[in-house]
Parts: sequence; structure tokens; C-alpha cells
Amino acid sequence: MTNGSAYVSMKDITKIFGTVTANDRMSLDVLNGEIHALLGENGAGKGTLMNMLSGIYIPDSGHIFIDGKEVQLSSPREAINAGVGMIHQHFKLVDVLTALENILLGYKTGILLRKREREAEIRKIMDRFQLDVDLNKYVYDMSVGEKQTLEILKTLYRGAKVLILDEPTAVLTPQETVRLFKIMRRMKEQDCAVIFISHKMNEVMEIADRVTVLRKGRTIDTLNKQETDPQELTELMVGRPVDLSINRTARVFDNKVLFVKGLRALNEEGVEVLKGLTFDLGAGEILGVAGIAGSGQKELCEALAGLYRIKEGEITFKGENLVGKNPQEFINRKISMSFIPEDRLGMGLVASMDMVDNILLKQYHYSQGLFVKRKPAASKAKEIIKKLDVQTPGVNHPIKNLSGGNIQKVLLGRELDSHPELLITAYPVRGLDINTCHKIYDILNEEKQKGVAILYIAEDLDSLIGLCDRIMVISNGEITGIVDARLAEKKQLGAMMLGKKEEEYAV
Amino acid sequence: MQFRIVKKPEISQKQYIMILLTAIVLALITSGLFILILGLNPFYVYSAMIKGAFGSTYRLEQTVVKAIPLIIVSLGIAIAFKMKFWNIGAEGQIVVGALFASYIALNYGEAPRALLLVAMLGAGFLGGSLWGLIPAFFKARWGTNEVIVTLMMNYIALKWVTYLQYGPWKDSASMGFPKIANFTQNAILPKLLGVHIGWVIALILTAFVFIFMNYSKKGFEIAVLGESSNTARYAGINISRTILFSMLLSGGIAGLAGMIQASAVSNTLSVEISGGVGYTAIITAWLAALKPPWIIVVSVLFAAMVQGSSFVQTAFGISAASALVIQALILFFVLGSDFFTKYKIAFSSELLAHGKETKK
Repeated sequence: MTNGSAYVSMKDITKIFGTVTANDRMSLDVLNGEIHALLGENGAGKGTLMNMLSGIYIPDSGHIFIDGKEVQLSSPREAINAGVGMIHQHFKLVDVLTALENILLGYKTGILLRKREREAEIRKIMDRFQLDVDLNKYVYDMSVGEKQTLEILKTLYRGAKVLILDEPTAVLTPQETVRLFKIMRRMKEQDCAVIFISHKMNEVMEIADRVTVLRKGRTIDTLNKQETDPQELTELMVGRPVDLSINRTARVFDNKVLFVKGLRALNEEGVEVLKGLTFDLGAGEILGVAGIAGSGQKELCEALAGLYRIKEGEITFKGENLVGKNPQEFINRKISMSFIPEDRLGMGLVASMDMVDNILLKQYHYSQGLFVKRKPAASKAKEIIKKLDVQTPGVNHPIKNLSGGNIQKVLLGRELDSHPELLITAYPVRGLDINTCHKIYDILNEEKQKGVAILYIAEDLDSLIGLCDRIMVISNGEITGIVDARLAEKKQLGAMMLGKKEEEYAV
Repeated sequence: MQFRIVKKPEISQKQYIMILLTAIVLALITSGLFILILGLNPFYVYSAMIKGAFGSTYRLEQTVVKAIPLIIVSLGIAIAFKMKFWNIGAEGQIVVGALFASYIALNYGEAPRALLLVAMLGAGFLGGSLWGLIPAFFKARWGTNEVIVTLMMNYIALKWVTYLQYGPWKDSASMGFPKIANFTQNAILPKLLGVHIGWVIALILTAFVFIFMNYSKKGFEIAVLGESSNTARYAGINISRTILFSMLLSGGIAGLAGMIQASAVSNTLSVEISGGVGYTAIITAWLAALKPPWIIVVSVLFAAMVQGSSFVQTAFGISAASALVIQALILFFVLGSDFFTKYKIAFSSELLAHGKETKK
């Protein structure tokens, strides 16, 4: 904030997709040497706005100025030439190449690579920004945090002076987040501008200098961090006052219903992804599962739901063995389980079908005869729309055209409707705005009161600590500890996510 | 001027038809230029094409006869394609269906007519479904690529017929000519309103496939599996069984077309029995968006085009290749128009104007 001239200036940017106005005359000024947070709910237009600044989308109207000059950015290459680089949530790296090769990839200067000279240049940048990357390490050997640092280095090497980070902390452990923030501060010292997209309030409050709040495709306000607080920002973001606290309801049941013992599973390459998990789950209990993305959460869920081949171990639900059974057999044996998978459109729902058919998917097995009955499914669909406030033009609208949050509501509504005794939810609030998140927490608590055993996989430690009864931490396919959520600390959970056993941490 | 491609919102049925009609008009203009180069008047040629396809009772009947196998095979293909099982093997399934039916016709030719024809239909279905089940089994069991397996099996089927035609089934009465004996009168499908009753079968099958795809549990499972095998597994659908069942039906329906062609059209079995219908039907099924009622419309138009251009060939003395060029041009435009149902091209000046509009 010290040398404050607007380096990037976006004025009256409008972008329309079909009938949806993603950005409606949005404006944004980012100064040299500042960390500027873009805060907004899903669908607020953060991503679209930044995609236009990084040359992926072209605005329908409006102007972009960089360093005082108006620019037309029609490709990411033009953007990087103008000094703007974006780090996406999904890294664009080639696994089988080393860090150095990834940086040089597609960076055309003559025929020869001249690796050595390039390497010297890269090292200079690493020194300047204090980035710690092993240039000869292969990407497939890297942790998520390392990959992210490499992406940042790559972008800086290509001449970015403005770095856009799209929800960079979503995939990081708390410790890795601390490291990322250090890098961001260093960039600020080096007079770069950092645009930080997030919807995590505490991170914004920690790192940002200024915050621009977006809501429903419009710029609401830009505030200095010092002059605001989370409550005000949330209200601006949502558009009305909200209660940010998560309730933990008291447990009313105390019998155990699910026992998992020594659960092992291999993935397609024969690598062990679940390394002997043992835990139990009680009726009316929410057991949280914390872990870095890809630590075995997906495999655990699918193994429980009968969708992943189990090599060894036992899963007993209410006295019945589940190992070796598939969903079809679950249905036939009336095992009352609902599974909300991580990849909604890839697994739980059929994207091109409407709500009725998607609800039918769960019902048609139970109806008599050769034909499907759409009427009950249609009335169920209307019920779900009302109950969960799903925004859709109608029950016959293909669900792929709905927003992520509404798709999630359809899935959740359908799964809860079958009144399961065991509910497995993988990241149920991922991609949802604050209001809907709280609505879903409430629903989970309601189910808990009814005695449903809930396995709750999440990435947001705040919600895990606030909502769950116990938190199980897994790291690299192993349980590193199961802690009482009321006593859990973020720092401890973070260490366990990185593989430190609960006992080791205590010592 | 700058332009770029912009995704369109979902379009209405009316807009879709407008785009399709525009494509057809453009195709006619382009092939009209082609006809002009040949030194003919395109209007004469086009009107002759229409006359050739619909101009007299006989020609109309011929068009219907050509449409029948296209409709039936497209229906079969649509079932497999709905599951995203790329059944390129309809050609072989037709041939094997015809082969099985011919076995019955040649060996039990004196059986009562109704019984014989029903047995032949059953055999045709059985043969086609068998030829469809083999690649389905490989896919379900070992995950083989169905495009390659179904395609290769077409050649196997054809070679079998060639072998029979030159070998064991050669008609001893044909004085050494490699030909399979003609069917007895009992083994030939009767006519109704001037055309063999294959058209009735085609209509019944259309209704059947429509109901099957839209209202049956199996049809629903096929649609789900086509969208995502993970979702199908999640929902408790038995994937292998669904693949096998849908290919049994898909191949079986193609096999019925084989029986109809052998019985009613060529009155015998020969290597020409399928005549490329198995491939053309892929296009018609796709153009009809796999929807049974549209399959009838598209197939009849296709048959009319084939019938009309063969008439034009003789009437104007243009070569068969030229007629094919006209067909290909129409196809090219219609398939190309698919792009414009999903995207539009926007020019930069228009974009700015649009932006201003939204400012109000």
C-alpha cells in the first residue's frame, strides 16, 4: 500500500453467458505492492472477472488498463506479456517432467533450450522471492504445496507482476497455508500485486490489505482491511445480516452402528490407498474426517458404499457385513445407507437428465413392474425444491444447467429423503455459499438428532471443529488419530494431516 | 473486424428446426452450383429428384421399401448409442440376421406360411442379437473397444455369407453360378397397400423402442449408463448385464431388418443383402438425435434422396458419383449445422453494442 498507483484497473466490465450476466459493469483497482482480496459467494463473478484479466475470457464490454495503458487481452499469453499471471486451482503442470522442464515448457525463445542459462535466471527469481523449489524434482513426486509454489515460480519467471491466486488455500494444510502467505508477503515487498480469491473470511483478514466484495455479478465495495471486520464483510457479501456460528447439538444416542476394522484397499495401479483403517461410528454421531486432498477420503467413502474393491478388512453395519457387496446388493438387502459423493455430476447425478429422472434414479428399483413411475419422483422433486430452496426453472430442467450449489441441494435432498441410517457425505458444502452451508449444517444436525450415523468428510477445519462430535484425521491412507472435536485444535489437526500421529504430537 | 465463438443458451425446438432448414437450403444452393458446373439446370434436377422419389405410386413404394431397413436399423443403433456403446456393427448384425432367417427359409420352405415367417423373424432376431452380444460380452468382461470389435465382425459376417454362397448353400439349379436358391413363396413377406409388410413391422418397432427408451426401467438404466458408468454403479445398476441386454436388443432389431430384406426384397441370401444400410443408419440415427419418431422422418428423407438421385442418374445421365456428391453435400451441411445449435459467431462491434444494451 506504500507506493499506491493503480497498476491494474478494470472498468465497467460486463460479461454475459447465454442468459446469465456473470459480471455486470464490474470495476476493480489493484495497486502495486498490495494483496487485494476478492471476496464473494459462489456465482458472485470472482472467477469470471479474473479469467478476463488473465486472458481466458474476453469481456463483452468494458476496459482493462495495466500500468495506465488500455489493453486487449485475448489469450493467457497476451496477459502474461502484459504482466498478469493466474494460478488456477487445478495446476497446469506435466507430471512426468521436472520442475525446471515445466517452467521452460512452451516458453519459446529460439530453438535451443539453453537450460543452464535459463536455470540461472530462474534461480535469481527464486532468490528474489524466496521460493523454495527443487528444480530437478519430478512433478509427480511433489506435494500439493510444492506444486503450487512451482506454479507461482513459473508464472513469475514468465514476467508476471500481477499474480492472481484462485482459492489457493483450498487444497493446502494449515502449515502449507502459512508458507504460501509468506510467499505472498514477499511478493508484496517486491512491489508485485497479488489478487487473492477466497471465501474464507479468516484468511482474508489475515493476509489482505484491501478487500473488494462482489455479489451477484456486481462490485459492492472496496474496503481497507483495517477499517472493516468479518461481520461487515460477510454482510456485504451475503447482502444481509447472518449468523456465522455453527451449532453442535448434543448426542442423544450412544450405541455404535458401524464398525470398520483393518480396512485395506489398492487402487488401479496396485498402490495401497487405504492402509488398515479401524474406527467406529455411533448412531446420532457426526464423525468428521479431515485430511489433505487425496489422502484416501474418496476411497474410504466408496469402500463403505460398496463401490471400491476392498482387499482386506471388515465393515460391519448393524451386524451385517458389507465387504464384497455392491450397491445393488445393498438395495436388495435394504441396507439403509446414503452416499453423497465428492464428484456430484460424475457419480451421484446424471447431468443431462432433469430433476425428476435424477430422483427416479434412487426410487425406480423399488417400484413394481417393467416401467418407471415418474409421478412420485416429480412430486418428490417439488418437495425438495421447496424444502431446500433450489433455484431452478422447473423440475424438467436438465440439472447440468443449475449452479453448483443447486446441484448439490438436489443430491442432498434426494439422499436425505430416503431416510438413511448411515449417511456418508463427502465435502457436502464444497462450493456452497455461506447461507447454504449453514442450512446444510442444520440439516445434518437434524439428521443426527434422528439417530443417523454420519460420516462427514470436509476440508474446512472450522466446520469440522464446529459441527462434529469426533474428528478422524487421515494422512496418506492411514488414520493418524481420532480426537474429540470439542478439544481439537487446528494446529494439532494440521500436524496430523501431514502424518504426525496423535501421540507424537502430544509428546 | 474481430470475431469469436460464443456458446449459445439452450435453443428451442423451433430454432433448431430453423437452423436445420437453413442448412438444407444452403446445401441445395451449393449442390445447385455443382449441378450448374455439370451443365444442367439445378431446378430441373431437384424437381426431378422429388418426382423420382414421390412422383408416382411405384416410385413412392420404392422410397418406402428403401426407408424400411433404414428405420429399423436406426432404431437398433439408437438403443446402443443411447448407452454410448458405439455399435458400428449393424451391417454384420443385419447379415447374420438374414443368414439365420435364410437357414429356416431354405430348410423348412414348405412349412405353413404364418408359422414359417414368424420362425424366420425369430431366427433373424436371434442371429442379429448373437452378433451384437459377442462384442458386448467382450466389452463387459474385458473392456475391449466396441468400435473395433463390432466393425471387424461385419467382415466376418460377410465372409460367412460369401462362403455359403460359393460353397455349401450354392444352388445346384443355378448351373454353377454362385448363388443361393430363392426362397419359396411361403417364406416371402406378404404385401399390404402395395409394399411388403416390413413397413408395419417398422412402425411397431418404432413405437416399441419409443416406449422402451422413455418409460421402461431397462431403458432408463441404459440412459443412465450412457451418461456415466460411475453414476450407474452408484445407483446399483448392473453394468455388464445392461450392456449385454441393450446389445441383444440393438443387434436383434438389426437382425430383423436382415430377415425383412432377405425375405421381401431379395428373396434369397446374398452378400449384397445389407447394402451399407448398417452404416447409413448410424447417420440417420444420429441426425434424429436417437429419437424414434424423428428416425422415421430422417430415414424417409434419406431414402427419398437415394431413390430420387438414382432416378436423376438415369433421367439426366449424370454419373452415380455426381449423385453421391449431392448427397454428401446435403449431409455435410446438415451435420455442420449441429455446431450452430450450440454456438454462435459474434463480431466485436456487435459485442460492444450488446454490452451497451445491457447497461440500460
